[in-house]
Amino acid sequence: MDILSLFITVPIITVLALVFTKGLKKARLVSMVGSVIQLGMAINLVFAYFKERTVNDAIMVFTKDVVWYEKFNIHYNIGVDGVSVTLLLLTAIVVLAGVFISWKMNDLPKEFFIALIVLSIGVYGFFISIDLFTLFVFFEIAVIPMYLLIGIWGTGPKEYSAMKLTLMLMGASAVLLVGILGIYFNSNADGGALTFNILEIAQVNIPFEAQKLFFPLVFIGFAVIGALFPFHTWSPDGHASAPTAVSMLHAGVLMKLGGYGIFRVAMYLLPEGTLHWSWFFIILATIGVIYGAFSAIKQTDLKYINAYSSVSHLGMVLFALLMLNKTAWNGAILQSLSHGFMTALFFALIGMIYGRTHTRDIYKLGGLLKVIPFISVIYVIVGLASLGLPGLSGFVAEMNIFVGAFQHEDMFYRVSTIIVVSAIVVTAVYILRAAGIMLMGPVKNEAYLNLPKVTWYEKTGILLLLIPIVGMGVAPLWLSDMIMESLQPFIQGVL
Amino acid sequence: MDFSSFLLMRHEILLLAIILLLIVAEIFMPQNKKSSIVHLAIFLFGIHTIVGFFAIDESSLFGGMFRTDGLIHFFKNVLNIGVLIVLLQSADWLQEKIVQNNRGTEFFILLFSSLLGMYFMISSGDFLMFYLGLELSTLPVAALAAFETTKRESSESGIKLILSAALASGVSLFGISMLYATTGSIYFNDIIEVITATNLSILGLILFFAGLAFKISLVPFHFWTADVYEGAPISIASYLSVISKGAAVFILLILLFTIFKPLMYIWENLVYVIAIATMFIGNLFALRQQNMKRFLAFSSIAQAGFILLGLMTGNQLGVATVVYFVLVYVFSNLAAFGVVQAISLQTGKENMNDYEGLYRTNPKLSMVMMLALFSLAGIPPVAGFFGKFFLFVAAASEGYYLLVFIAVVNVTISLYYYLLVVRAMFLRKSEHAIPFFKNKLYMRLGLIITVLGILILGIYSPLYDYIFDLSNNFN
Repeated sequence: MDILSLFITVPIITVLALVFTKGLKKARLVSMVGSVIQLGMAINLVFAYFKERTVNDAIMVFTKDVVWYEKFNIHYNIGVDGVSVTLLLLTAIVVLAGVFISWKMNDLPKEFFIALIVLSIGVYGFFISIDLFTLFVFFEIAVIPMYLLIGIWGTGPKEYSAMKLTLMLMGASAVLLVGILGIYFNSNADGGALTFNILEIAQVNIPFEAQKLFFPLVFIGFAVIGALFPFHTWSPDGHASAPTAVSMLHAGVLMKLGGYGIFRVAMYLLPEGTLHWSWFFIILATIGVIYGAFSAIKQTDLKYINAYSSVSHLGMVLFALLMLNKTAWNGAILQSLSHGFMTALFFALIGMIYGRTHTRDIYKLGGLLKVIPFISVIYVIVGLASLGLPGLSGFVAEMNIFVGAFQHEDMFYRVSTIIVVSAIVVTAVYILRAAGIMLMGPVKNEAYLNLPKVTWYEKTGILLLLIPIVGMGVAPLWLSDMIMESLQPFIQGVL
Repeated sequence: MDFSSFLLMRHEILLLAIILLLIVAEIFMPQNKKSSIVHLAIFLFGIHTIVGFFAIDESSLFGGMFRTDGLIHFFKNVLNIGVLIVLLQSADWLQEKIVQNNRGTEFFILLFSSLLGMYFMISSGDFLMFYLGLELSTLPVAALAAFETTKRESSESGIKLILSAALASGVSLFGISMLYATTGSIYFNDIIEVITATNLSILGLILFFAGLAFKISLVPFHFWTADVYEGAPISIASYLSVISKGAAVFILLILLFTIFKPLMYIWENLVYVIAIATMFIGNLFALRQQNMKRFLAFSSIAQAGFILLGLMTGNQLGVATVVYFVLVYVFSNLAAFGVVQAISLQTGKENMNDYEGLYRTNPKLSMVMMLALFSLAGIPPVAGFFGKFFLFVAAASEGYYLLVFIAVVNVTISLYYYLLVVRAMFLRKSEHAIPFFKNKLYMRLGLIITVLGILILGIYSPLYDYIFDLSNNFN
């Protein structure tokens, strides 16, 4: 079996093994082992990728192509480039951290881990697909377990949030389906056979009329999961109701499918449509960035603060993608990674705070730095990364985005860039405000004086996510090189 | 005509033999072992299903009245599998409720006669055979719908079914007579050559279409569906929603794509509008249903709307995708009906809020239900997704992107109500959850077959290629 198919087979085997387990202890052990193997493979893939790159300069490496539905020319076609390798690594880390954070999942543990791993199968498959059909299949596999994960194990208005999230995301994927069919039936524009293969379609000159029609469908289909402004409403509710590990995985990984899909499918395959429509979506993305940031200021629930901050940060990803140059795109991918680690860590910490104090209202908390110093210090570090402090991952990403965005000289781009840049200030406000109220000052509730200590599994989960944040901030170059190199063929396709 | 050509009618002759055998068997069956008629019938029908898989030549009999080819043969096998699953799932109900009153044999005879009618209907080469098949397939089902004579709803549903079916077949017959008036023949092969778009032939086509639309329960001919499904025994409801609908779809497809092909520019618009209406009405009415049988009735109306998307092509692709979808639909819908049947049989409960907390007491049954609903909703990787996706491909291949868009909106609507059932089973906890029970062998077998179908049919791609090759007559 090739190195990439293992990314799907190992989780499938994990799920099958989980079916035969009984009780929390075995279930979490099995899922931990499965996720550790997966992380090992992801790290191995990074090295293998570097090695392969020296001898192979195809767009995608480690490809494998098996005919699936011959009549429709549907293939199981997989391969990776630098972008997908980094995103696979992100996924593997967040999933493993999620398993550690759910160490004490007492209610239906087996089912919880099964749903979690099934979700990860979808994500892994999505990142390695070259075929539009398989890509779409994995996309839906990644979305549907969320319904059960939020609905069964969530808190608050979980049924409402789960339904809203599922319907909005599945509705988006339905729109995406029409777009994909449109691309498919125009893939013979140059006289070839109809195909779902992304790399082959990219060589075809799809008629401008079709591009104009289908680009918004594909873009919106992916952008909803990437929390594009008017379609972001599922995200705050969903994240607030979801159990900790699911929030982590969802904000950390699942929302990245949107940006990745836009970059890989919408922009790469429909370049003229991209140019035609980009002004419109730039406006939406700009609103999203600023709207998310301002909404976060007003929230008192920690999870809502974070969810709106995700809307803002992912708006920045979409904004950067629409800038259509290499630096900005590099920033978009880096921002995806950085946000993935940061927000997963945020949600993990919020879960730990909530697990101890049973509230997420920042006004009921206070002085936490004195009682749970470890969690509080990490919270501050992540907060700083989130507002873009140099030396941490956020800075690298945002720097690239803004440098890229400033390369456009006309007025429209300038104004929108300035608006987006100013969101950083707002970000600082909501991060510092939350940290100040919650962590500093006197301890507001006497019951907080003897909160339980941080356990080993919580520390492991935190460290798994913290190391990449610091690593990306301190040594971004190797990552950035790897991404830049892979962006080359894509940016050429668009321009 | 030599005798061996009768072997082309192998399905029909074998089924007739089974019917007769069952009548004889009942005479010889001792009074205290009446229930073994169920075992015998299932055993015989199982053999019949297996024998059906042996290949058959493409040919016609009786001067073209009866014809068969690879695709028709395949579709008869699909119907067989469906009926076998229905039998397996209803075996316990039969033994508990029906056989005690000495009515087991009747049930099988009526059911098999109806199936025999469907064989003739889809094999028909002229309108006479078609009409005989249509009637033979409908009338016994009306008797079956009223089979639980002690229940008022059951009798009501029988009456409703027979009245609407009689009206439908009357309308159909009227349409056929008009077609005869314009073309001068009832043989399909003759009609293909002479049919043109005159007012009379278009009216004939529309009336004929309306008659079959009753059977498929397309909007606006769907009013009987929910009431009949609710009142009829569950096994009959599932038979109506899968087998009866499947056969009608198949013959409609064949006739539209062959003899009515010259009129395609007319029925295209008809199908377009009806598809949209059927999807919306089926889905919107399903949103508020509490009774699981009514729920599945409206869901199956909506599914029929999706099927129409495949008709928009008029070519091989359309035939293959529709037949594939029906095959997948047989498994998905029967899995859902099977769970409803199992629960109803054990506890008598049929409402959605009775299902609350089901996962915690009956995890396996809930999983089957969830897979079935996901397959009906079209969520990968289960088979229903592939079925729907291919139908959308078929419609998009002719450029009907707007129709596909409306269809995917409907997929999202339908997902909502399918998730309501999942919500009741998985998300809710209940004090009065249905207690744990074990299914008997037949029911378990019936559910396992459907689950295997749901899981495997989509991923196993050669099946679709096989169907596609079978339908090369429509190229």
